[in-house]
Amino acid sequence: MMALKVNGRDHQVDADPDTPLLYVLRDDLALNAAKFGCGLGQCGACTVIVDNKAVLSCVTPLLLVEGKQVTTLEGLGTVAAPAPIQRAFMEEQAAQCGYCIAGMMMRAQALLMRNPKPSDAQIRAELEPHLCRCGTHMRILRAVHRAARLMDTADASDRSVR
Amino acid sequence: MTAPVVLDRRSVLAGGGALIVSFSLRRAGAQEKAAQGPKLPGSLATSPNLDSWIRIDADGQITAFTGKAELGQGFRTAFQQIAAEQLDIPFDALKVITADTKLTANEGYTSGSHSMQDSGTAILHAAAQARALLVAEAARQFDLPPDGLRTESAVVIAPDGRRLSYGELVASDLLHVEAQPTSHLKDPASFKVMGQPVPRVDIPAKVTGGAAYVQDMRLPGMVHARVVRPPSYGAQLSECDTAAIEKMPGVIGIVRDGNFLAVVAEKEFSAVKAMKALSAAAKWRESAKLPNQQDLANALTALPSQDFAIFERSDPAVNGARSLEATYTRPYQSHGSIGPSCAVAQFVDGAMTVWTHTQGVYPDRQAIAEMLGMPQSSVRLIHVEGSGCYGHNGADDAAADAALIARALPGRPIRVQWMREQEHGWEPYGPAMVTKLSASLTEDGRIADWNFAVWSNTHSMRPGGAGSLLAAQHMARSFAVPAPKPLPLPEGGGDRNAIPIYNFPNAHVMHHFIPTMPLRISAMRALGAYHNVFSIESFMDELAGLAGDDPVAFRLKHLDDARGRAVVETAAREFGWTRGQKPPQNRGYGFAFARYKNLAAYCAIATEVEVDRETGRARLVRAVAAVDAGQVVNPDGITNQIEGAIVQSTSWTLYESVTFDDTRITSIDWQTYPILRFDAVPDSIAVHIINRPGQPFLGSGETGQGPAAASLANAIADATGKRLRDLPLSRKRIKDAIDA
Amino acid sequence: MAGQLRIITGIAAIVLVAGAAVGFAVAWRPQIAAMAPPRPDTFDPEIVKRGRDLAAIGNCNTCHTVQGGGNYAGGLPVPTPFGTIFSSNITPDAETGIGSWPEEAFVRAMRAGVGRDGRHLYPTFPYDHFTNVSDADDRALYAFLMTRQPVHASSPANQLSFPLNYRPLIAGWKLLYLRSGDVPSNAAKGAEWNRGAYLVEGLAHCGACHTPRNALGAEQVNAQFSGGDVDNWHAYALNDTSHAPVRWTADALYAYLRRGWHADHGTARGPMAEVVGNLATVPDRDVRAIAAYMADVSGAPTPDRKSPNDAAAQSAAADATQANAAGAAIYTAACASCHEGGRALPYGGVNLALSTAIAGSDPRNLLNIVLSGVGAVAGERSPIMPGFAASIDDAQMVALAAYLRARFGKRPAWSDLDKAVRDARAVQAASLAAADAPADSRQRGKP
Repeated sequence: MMALKVNGRDHQVDADPDTPLLYVLRDDLALNAAKFGCGLGQCGACTVIVDNKAVLSCVTPLLLVEGKQVTTLEGLGTVAAPAPIQRAFMEEQAAQCGYCIAGMMMRAQALLMRNPKPSDAQIRAELEPHLCRCGTHMRILRAVHRAARLMDTADASDRSVR
Repeated sequence: MTAPVVLDRRSVLAGGGALIVSFSLRRAGAQEKAAQGPKLPGSLATSPNLDSWIRIDADGQITAFTGKAELGQGFRTAFQQIAAEQLDIPFDALKVITADTKLTANEGYTSGSHSMQDSGTAILHAAAQARALLVAEAARQFDLPPDGLRTESAVVIAPDGRRLSYGELVASDLLHVEAQPTSHLKDPASFKVMGQPVPRVDIPAKVTGGAAYVQDMRLPGMVHARVVRPPSYGAQLSECDTAAIEKMPGVIGIVRDGNFLAVVAEKEFSAVKAMKALSAAAKWRESAKLPNQQDLANALTALPSQDFAIFERSDPAVNGARSLEATYTRPYQSHGSIGPSCAVAQFVDGAMTVWTHTQGVYPDRQAIAEMLGMPQSSVRLIHVEGSGCYGHNGADDAAADAALIARALPGRPIRVQWMREQEHGWEPYGPAMVTKLSASLTEDGRIADWNFAVWSNTHSMRPGGAGSLLAAQHMARSFAVPAPKPLPLPEGGGDRNAIPIYNFPNAHVMHHFIPTMPLRISAMRALGAYHNVFSIESFMDELAGLAGDDPVAFRLKHLDDARGRAVVETAAREFGWTRGQKPPQNRGYGFAFARYKNLAAYCAIATEVEVDRETGRARLVRAVAAVDAGQVVNPDGITNQIEGAIVQSTSWTLYESVTFDDTRITSIDWQTYPILRFDAVPDSIAVHIINRPGQPFLGSGETGQGPAAASLANAIADATGKRLRDLPLSRKRIKDAIDA
Repeated sequence: MAGQLRIITGIAAIVLVAGAAVGFAVAWRPQIAAMAPPRPDTFDPEIVKRGRDLAAIGNCNTCHTVQGGGNYAGGLPVPTPFGTIFSSNITPDAETGIGSWPEEAFVRAMRAGVGRDGRHLYPTFPYDHFTNVSDADDRALYAFLMTRQPVHASSPANQLSFPLNYRPLIAGWKLLYLRSGDVPSNAAKGAEWNRGAYLVEGLAHCGACHTPRNALGAEQVNAQFSGGDVDNWHAYALNDTSHAPVRWTADALYAYLRRGWHADHGTARGPMAEVVGNLATVPDRDVRAIAAYMADVSGAPTPDRKSPNDAAAQSAAADATQANAAGAAIYTAACASCHEGGRALPYGGVNLALSTAIAGSDPRNLLNIVLSGVGAVAGERSPIMPGFAASIDDAQMVALAAYLRARFGKRPAWSDLDKAVRDARAVQAASLAAADAPADSRQRGKP
């Protein structure tokens, strides 16, 4: 059994220490947002936040995150009460198939927590590890800019992950 | 509210024929029936009953049905807009059910930018006719003439204030009737929902971690399977000691059937570990002989071909003076879905249910039923969204894998998830192609004659037929790959868009169809149109250069189609295109245009490209597109599609080719099959939509692929003075051309 | 350490000031008259083409081009123990580049490290090597650079404190360290070896990174190719003190320099990635020549260097695991799936028993790679390794590095690994904060 804190809740997970965090999130905790894209750390679809930093969950074994704070897209907000980053992606309609989007959003969230007013070049550089095949990139960039503005006006508590 | 429509149920019945009660029985008769009367609009032609498309329950619940599969294009939302508009109900008052062999009409594949044309049109007319029936029924109950009634928010309202809701009116089989050939559609000027950028219904779940994909399904008792694929095409499993793997923790079983090998485990990571162990244990005899990648164009054109002259026009009075010829090539390219294919299957009491992101639930059902030796009626396929597919990727194969494994382990839902290497290595690629063009110009700089020849495999090896499925090919009682067929014109496959839209006095177009398929191939977004438009529109620029003419003016000189001209002129104007323009240093401007399939949406794209002369790196700086997709349902949906087409086509055009050695595919992940990353995303993309109210839907999903490619190639030529004709227009090729 | 260096160099500088004052005549160089930039079409295209290959061998773009800046327009900050020096604009822009430089001024800069205006150039511009470049090659390089696109861009002012910002001091440095005719020649070794010697000791300036420097920033003559520092990386020893688990042969060097990886050694990363990126474009025979010479430099095999098979044998696994269970667990969970995945280089992980980063004396390269990973080269086929900076904490990193060292390096533990990990993380974090443009092929592998 491994102890894991995900989206503010403590879990005891019956998984081997070498299990990638991605499988624990999806399989043991029934969370959807982190996606299997390559399992190799090449595409970014599995990105979650661990202790305020964006992490590729498909290549992060459980033992490295034991006791750390893991946040997934589910932990940011809901359809009824979306976090600024979620509102921004909805308002910009920043998805086609959407499979890559959760990972993009988590890295963008980590960036905005570190740097509330990133330049366009900084956003692009930050998102370089992420692939989108539908070509939704223009909207993703707009959505991250919008999220920065929304966070700026929102309650400061929205900027932290729960 | 809308103006009243005079239509009564009797006339519908008289025009359409008998009530047909059972949905599955209706299937059999539909084609026959439709053939008798005038052709019904869109997919009503094959599924004519209104309640195949629109259902209104007595409790007022309203549902629209489509046999098409939402692949991320957003048409679920567009269909909902259409139905809401024509039924005169709020957008949120209905839901849309997508492809399911138990619930929806058989609309074949979701492909070819047909969804709006086929399904959107069917829903449009079905909803309009349903509303007319509701009004007629209300008129009968009110004992008033129908033309005095109005509709609003799912209620029919009499001038005296009496109201009957749709739910109250729908009793009995009101909508259980066949459609009429024509409908009284709402005046586009009165649209409230259609034509609006309604937010997509699927996005909220996708940005909050809701269950949105087949990958997210978790059925009770579900277990996880992984497949071990052969290392190369045709490899035979010679030995595989599975004893140790069966004892691995969490492993439920190993399914081995000929060359089909899979492992099932309680938990997903156990399945992954077991798959790796199984893969190491499996020994294969390999026999594949792949062509020489360095000489692919010659290898292709050397294969036997069936040759078709698909277009001839002759005017001996017009003769060319100066001529030009060129050869363009395209490599094999990958769909490259971000999420590898996935499916869930469950075999209970002799019935198989498969949840899949296939583009065609009915044809895939036929193929899977054939593979399993089961009657189709015992197999149900339900479409659940997957990662974007852009054509025939591993979806159908994963569905077959799941079904084959589920049959071996009855009762438990089986989730099969392909690995990244499997998707890249086994998906059917977009075919490699070669085009040879020659043309000559008259003294006054017009094209006098035009010769175009294209060499290509087919562009669809989709199921039906079990032999299209990897699992069926690999199982002991194996099914042979069906003989490939060229897709018929006017839409075509390898020859899609091979016939020029321009008006040339002499033109000759040949399609050299190559039946032999050295690599596994099938449909990829835009099929042959990607390369044919790249070739034609590159060559138009070469000819404009020879004529000393401006590329846009040169195109307009040969283009009669008024809607085509409008699209070209709009893109040029919005881009700021001017004759004799001078781009900044290291930059170039490009232009290209096509009407997809010569019968669907029009698209013109102007681009500005920056080329680093030292590294050869080309970057799209900005793109301006104009598109005419007929009547617009959701303008933001079209914009999203065109933006995506430009970015995706930029990636295909600048970077992408499947690689292989003598035996194996070697591009098996994102290291070896690089695609566009954020560094290459342009500064801006502007999409200008020319709305055509009241005109048929034309579908916008694939119209941008070819023009984007050619526009980029033309801009690179403008920036460097060098013409590149072999895709991809890679950094090395550009640098070599500059340095030559 | 940087502080100590400053003190030493300060003392040395004072000595030099005195020396320079005495030798003013030595320090003074005349200005060479400016000219109007020559038209590109006045250069023979064949000579320009040769110049392009030479510029690639000289790795000019690495220092003279920055991300987002014009090609060869300079502006790269080069951190030295003495302060930050910015690379110059070598495009033919008349005002900010070398457009007004006659060929003789260019040759003088290469030979003697003097600008057209007579000012001494700091030896971050490696004229201690370039002095060995032939007239013909200088001419070709000049032709190449003068046919580039002129970029109007001034480099930022160097950040050096007094007295190091006093350029005549450089004359003293040159008296001590600038010698031409350093190129070994040996007719008995054949033309290829001699060609290699000419390139390595001259234009390719391999020693600039791979030879340690003394307190005055000059290469230590008696320690040539015994390993040096560049940016925050260790440039491996290339002579017989090399820690490469498998001896480098001429064929292995050739393959590595030509395509960036070799199955017995791994993949070029850090600043070396830029070098091999350039060498991929130059004539084959020149890479073969460099390889032939360097194979000779690397010397005979020592007892602890083995055949690939011996090196890969993992007999120490059990011992290492027992000694460091935490590190072993991290390796098994995070590293082994790729590094023992059976996939061939460059797209599979290198067998860590063959890794010089682990066998070497300096842990920085290993730490840099584990923390930052290897990013994709935009639009090109290239290896990708995920970075672990965000998921691995310092204690875990120390445990992992110590385990890798014990199991695969089979050498004594690195000393002060905790500090090395803290330093590497600081560098990684600074690089992350500074990232404002996506990676390009020219800048692969920087942490």
